[in-house]
Amino acid sequence: MKRTVAYYPGCSLEGLAEEYDRSTRAVCRALGLELVEIPDWNCCGSTPAHGYTPLLSAALAGRNLALAEDAGLDVVMTPCPGCLKALKGSLEKYREDPACFQDALGRSFDGRVRVVSILQLLLERIGPEALAQAVRHPLTGANVVPYYGCLLTRPASFAQFDDPENPVSMDRILEAIGCTVPDFPFKTECCGATYGVTRNPIVTGLTGRILDMAVRVGAAAVAVACPLCQQNLDLRQQQVEKANHRSFRLPVLYITQLVGLALGLAPEDLGLDKLFVSPESLLSRIDQASDTADSLSNAG
Amino acid sequence: MRIGVFVCQCGTNIASTVDTGAVAQRALDYPDVVFATDYMYTCSEPGQQEIQKAIAEHRLQGVVVAACSPRMHEATFRRAVEKAGLNRYMFEMANIREHVSWIGQDKGANTLKAMELVRMAVEKLRRNEPLFASEVPINKRVLVIGGGVAGIQAALDCADAGLDVVLVEREQSIGGKMAKLDKTFPTIDCSSCILGPKMVDVAQKENITLHAYSEVEAVSGYIGNFTVKIRKKATYVDWDACTGCGLCMEKCPSKKTVDRFNENLGTTSAIQIPFPQAIPKKARIQKDACRYFATGKCKVCQKICPTNAIHYDMEDREVVEEVGAIIVATGYDLFDPAPYGEYGAGRYPDVITGIQFERILSASGPFGGHVKRPSDGKEPKDIVFVACVGSRDKSVDRPYCSGICCMYIAKQAILARDHLPGVQCYVFYMDIRSPGKNYDEFVRRAIEEYGVQYIRGRVGKIYPRGDRMVVQGADTLLGAQVEVEADLVVLATGVESSRGAKELAEKLRISYDQYGFYMESHPKLRPVETNTAGVYLAGACQGPKDIPASVAQGSAAASKVLALFARDTIATDPQVAGVLESVCIGCGKCLSVCPFGAIQWKTLRDGSRKAEVLETVCQGCGLCNATCPPKAIQLKHFTDDQILAELDALCA
Repeated sequence: MKRTVAYYPGCSLEGLAEEYDRSTRAVCRALGLELVEIPDWNCCGSTPAHGYTPLLSAALAGRNLALAEDAGLDVVMTPCPGCLKALKGSLEKYREDPACFQDALGRSFDGRVRVVSILQLLLERIGPEALAQAVRHPLTGANVVPYYGCLLTRPASFAQFDDPENPVSMDRILEAIGCTVPDFPFKTECCGATYGVTRNPIVTGLTGRILDMAVRVGAAAVAVACPLCQQNLDLRQQQVEKANHRSFRLPVLYITQLVGLALGLAPEDLGLDKLFVSPESLLSRIDQASDTADSLSNAG
Repeated sequence: MRIGVFVCQCGTNIASTVDTGAVAQRALDYPDVVFATDYMYTCSEPGQQEIQKAIAEHRLQGVVVAACSPRMHEATFRRAVEKAGLNRYMFEMANIREHVSWIGQDKGANTLKAMELVRMAVEKLRRNEPLFASEVPINKRVLVIGGGVAGIQAALDCADAGLDVVLVEREQSIGGKMAKLDKTFPTIDCSSCILGPKMVDVAQKENITLHAYSEVEAVSGYIGNFTVKIRKKATYVDWDACTGCGLCMEKCPSKKTVDRFNENLGTTSAIQIPFPQAIPKKARIQKDACRYFATGKCKVCQKICPTNAIHYDMEDREVVEEVGAIIVATGYDLFDPAPYGEYGAGRYPDVITGIQFERILSASGPFGGHVKRPSDGKEPKDIVFVACVGSRDKSVDRPYCSGICCMYIAKQAILARDHLPGVQCYVFYMDIRSPGKNYDEFVRRAIEEYGVQYIRGRVGKIYPRGDRMVVQGADTLLGAQVEVEADLVVLATGVESSRGAKELAEKLRISYDQYGFYMESHPKLRPVETNTAGVYLAGACQGPKDIPASVAQGSAAASKVLALFARDTIATDPQVAGVLESVCIGCGKCLSVCPFGAIQWKTLRDGSRKAEVLETVCQGCGLCNATCPPKAIQLKHFTDDQILAELDALCA
């Protein structure tokens, strides 16, 4: 199977979610997947472009896909769900009306390229069994809940991956790296998204619910795959605690950071120092569990 | 030949986009046409009289009517020309409505196309020959497929009229979905109490042959003379010997078998009689659950059976039944809520379906009629009902209304309050659809007398909080989001076509819609007929239906069969294949392609072998005609000459 994959980081992974970019690259390298960053990639259009006109969004995102095609790559992976939606939406627009799409793009495009998330890439190219075999430090003893957010599997019509309402792809990855995954009913509840800037109480309310549910089901950490979700759950956790008059202190890690830990990668390669809520509590629990396991096996 | 052409205006249906006068005028130029006219409604009484008058006045020998589809009025016009003294096959129809006026706006182009279609019809008619139907006797036995309430009603009505009835049921017992219900709306009468006597009647009527745990394998023949192969599936119990005593069920060690009759809520034994009122009340071994079939050891039931009815070596058996008519009453299945990931059915034991709650309410159900929730057996204090799960939702490919859920939710909420007066019931609904007799009054009673809280809005999510479930939804009347904590959530799953409906339709050669429901012959005027003569429909196999409507259709289908059987013979269609023996080379290709087995060998006095068509079996499909190398087999009324003449006319 072809191991080379086009990589579209998007803007968040250059700044806010720099650790998502770093850990994604590290994990892929460790698993033998070669990421080729799309040369001269541009903004996917994000919310403003498709708010203005869907065609602008499709063309902006489409240019990146066309560049990937030029580079002879047939799969584009982007870790950001916002970019994922823009890129998949662009393909959808192309399929609806190829002539109109190519006209807006200002060049030819043959639409053969596929767009996947990091979850889809790990499950399709590596798979849970192979991933479990690659694990060197299983995260045994860690109760981690997967939080997918709103965009990763939606809209179902063009996401075409996992169940839109009860996704399980991240669950399977977490199980493969040894985590205990409690049933988490708020996998796809809204975190408040960009209202953090304009109407902050919406985010503190909605994110508060999500963190509350995570604590209720016994989570020691939350796994995420979206920079915006991570920002609301991690960066704003203090705001949320203040608004809700309670303390959570719940580490919120990117799924790639957790996979990296299990693969035995160095913490600095995973950007763990970038997290606002310290993952110390989680890491010590994992160490304890492995120490116990070690002493048990030594005793045995 | 002297031909008359009648061009119908069909009011404005045809005349608005076809110049019917010009079509009639042009027809006068075609060979043999001696009379042509257009008329406002040719199918009307005066319209038919015009044709008959013209036949007499112009000594016509053949008639072409350019009007609607032959499926609509060919029979009408054939009768009309027959009354005027012509053979009914000296008539042709050109479809200038469905094929022309309804589908094109360009009047000039439409008129030209109509002229060409008339020309084709004239050329074919010039080569038509009078054909004569023969009469064959009708076999006055009727097959009913499906032993739910619709099939039971149809079978009993036919049997009461003295007919021999063959009733085939796929499950072990008749009774269908209704046998699983506790009470019925809007009267709250006990389902088993009103259905039970009818089931017993079926067992006791001497002229009803019941094949339970059997399936229709193949159907051949035609109206009046069908041959049906039925596979009697192995039950591993000799039903002639079994007395239904139930001793085997008591002693069977495989007690952990999932109880399908109780919608997987309880367990049963591997040898089982599904419910106390089962008809026939006979035991069956569920092979995949039986210890003997898994390990080769056990045989407890065989040792204990007082009548030695257990036979582990039993195999499926095929029986053949000859019948004259078929009533299809195969019912429906219920939507599997798994596609609604946000509702968690299957993941959370206290999120159940309507039919599961029906079993919980039933005195013969898994909890003996005590309303408890499946997870821990606690009595619920709050129950939420969610309407339209798999109904009126395009996202799960179920855009239609299931018609029964609004009513069964109201009934279940009332019954829950009757069982547990302290319980609070909530219903999330989109609209309340209660158009039957006393139906809306019933829903009002649930709201006003039983205090059921109706919340207008969809449910977005169901999730556990502690040991309760939280139902999160919208209240569109308040314009607010609401959360209701509940101990039990009942999803009102909608109606879908019965599993295997499409395969059965292929065997019966009847049509079905995109959701697998069988198509009636006309949505208003022929609701229980199909487009295959002699095959009728009853109940929810045709579309979602409640009990009164299913019973009414059962009786309606029975009355159609009785009308058919009131005659002793039926006229066969003479549009069948015929062999020109002098041309036949005896190659046998026609025998191999005929799907109906309607061609056999015939040996002439000189010892040569020729094909021979069994006219009563031939369905007139024309495969043999197309296959025959020397063109010795010709389908009457659609001979090569006739088809080629039409093509020549079109290409001229």
